[in-house]
Amino acid sequence: MSPITPGNYLPSEYLPIMILMIIAGAFGAGALIVGALFRIRRSYREKLMPYESGNPPIGEPRYRFSVKFYIIAMLFVVFDVEAVFLYPWALVYDKIGLYALIEMMLFITVLVVGYIYAWKKEAFKWD
Amino acid sequence: MLPKIFFGYFAIAMVVLSLLIITRRNPVHSVLWMLVLFFHIAGLYLLLNAEFLAAVQVILYAGAILVLFLFVIMMLNLKEEISGERFEGAWPLGVSVSAIIFVLMLLTTGDFVHGPVGKYTIEVIKSETHAKALGKLLYTEYLFPFEIASLILLIAIVGAIVLAKRRS
Amino acid sequence: MNVFGMTVPAGFELATSIAIIIVKIAVIVAVTMLHVLYATYFERKVIGHMQVRLGPMRVGYHGILQPFADGIKLFFKEDVVPAEADKTVFKIAPIIPVFATLSAVAVIPFFDGFVIANINVGLLYLFAMSSLAAYGVIMAGWASNSKYSFLGGLRSSAQVISYEVPMGLSLVGVMLLSGSLNLTEIVKAQQQYWFGMYLIPQFLGYFVFMVSAFAETNRTPFDLPEAESELVAGYFVEYSGMRFAFYYAAEYIGMIVMSCVAVICFWGGWTLPPVLVDAVPALAAVPGIVWFLAKVYFHVFLYYWVRATVPRYRYDQLMSLGWKVLLPLALANIVVTSVVKFFAGS
Repeated sequence: MSPITPGNYLPSEYLPIMILMIIAGAFGAGALIVGALFRIRRSYREKLMPYESGNPPIGEPRYRFSVKFYIIAMLFVVFDVEAVFLYPWALVYDKIGLYALIEMMLFITVLVVGYIYAWKKEAFKWD
Repeated sequence: MLPKIFFGYFAIAMVVLSLLIITRRNPVHSVLWMLVLFFHIAGLYLLLNAEFLAAVQVILYAGAILVLFLFVIMMLNLKEEISGERFEGAWPLGVSVSAIIFVLMLLTTGDFVHGPVGKYTIEVIKSETHAKALGKLLYTEYLFPFEIASLILLIAIVGAIVLAKRRS
Repeated sequence: MNVFGMTVPAGFELATSIAIIIVKIAVIVAVTMLHVLYATYFERKVIGHMQVRLGPMRVGYHGILQPFADGIKLFFKEDVVPAEADKTVFKIAPIIPVFATLSAVAVIPFFDGFVIANINVGLLYLFAMSSLAAYGVIMAGWASNSKYSFLGGLRSSAQVISYEVPMGLSLVGVMLLSGSLNLTEIVKAQQQYWFGMYLIPQFLGYFVFMVSAFAETNRTPFDLPEAESELVAGYFVEYSGMRFAFYYAAEYIGMIVMSCVAVICFWGGWTLPPVLVDAVPALAAVPGIVWFLAKVYFHVFLYYWVRATVPRYRYDQLMSLGWKVLLPLALANIVVTSVVKFFAGS
């Protein structure tokens, strides 16, 4: 038996997840495909029009939207990265102690500065 | 044998998915394929016993960055994008350069040698879990890069707001 | 290998273990879907009685077969795909949330040792799956090619991503106290306290988590994407039949999964407070699944209770609640927990 190296390692505890994902995907697709065999299909032009309270649609449906959504998405990415840094820190906090406390306080302080900046620039204000 | 089959599946699927991503006309379809690709990359991380990175791969790339991509794509005028010219005029040059690089890489695979076995073997990581092993290193030995990361994130916040505010 | 005196090939072992996994998954998925069906029934009943109505009464005794009638109806309904829609994305979009929420069930321990996949990063896996929810919403909104859908999809995806941050941060306190991302170990770590749950030291985290969970699953008071008074049904206005049912089902599976996470991380999962078990030893004989389900049902009931009580938020209020209230609260919770833990000397 050769030693376990990344070349011949199998994460067996993840096998059930893979199977569940396949089953979940197959369940979703399967229910729709089986349903397609049974349901009625009687469509005409008016039915296939986008819903706009019975009026013929006016203008482009996919208009350009406020840049606010982009700022929110960008801030979300930043804070998500921050959260990901916090997870392993929380796990090893016991073992590193004071050292870990100080460095994370520094990290959070820097981000809070950015957060206050975003607040002051009204990135969270919606009107 | 089984690990090799899984690796083969993930590797081949990733190449196919990457090709699908760059050949789609509609950028939203590309993003959907990219979502599938990120799951396969997470699968490769699992085969390397890097379960924390696999989870982070999905949380950050699939759950955050790709959503940002979608927002940006939706801000563009897709009709122009779809009806426009597919490839730049210089594409034969690009293809030949990448073909040469591919051949060079193939030639070097014969000289491939395994690196020495390090301190963090799969058994060691398994016994103290991947996330903890990573945390211990990151918050002691690699403390400085970690604090730098907070500054980079700060720049990202400021940059996004400055850019967006200028436009509106 | 030797089974019943017969020599079987080595592949047999793998095949049996996979068969066991599949049976386990089938049972859990079936039970989850049954819960989804009856979650809709109880929602209508609970809210009906809160509003001094009876709720569904016609199909079966006190309307007990109503969910099946609804399911059958939706199954046979016509599936309208708008002419102008991006057909592929429109058809695939509803599968994504069902896939993500069903996959999330994999790491939830229902009682000691009964979990599909006992992985070390269980909590992160749940975050990963819940972060996929944004796709179903945004893809549906974009593909439908309708103004209501597009606006609903945009709003809803901005809402979902805004509340993902406080939700992730609210559980850092739990990670700090338990030192683990494995859900089974988180439950066991809570048993070290006499009160047996993180609800008391992490009340702030619990509050932030629950509010974010309501917003993540698009439930009242944060159901603006489907605010029927202004956006008809938001991102799924163009959906009908089975595909509409998928969005509906995903919402309820998401609700149940979020309730399970709350129970596991803050309410001690399938365990009871040690002090209570010491006082009444007979309680130890009750199987853990009973307590687990009771706690989950309570949380699902909480969703209905809030829906019947609290009016809907306005969109700007919703965004400022997430970014200006919950995010600082979650960060403060992390700072306080880590400082207290340091001085209490773990």
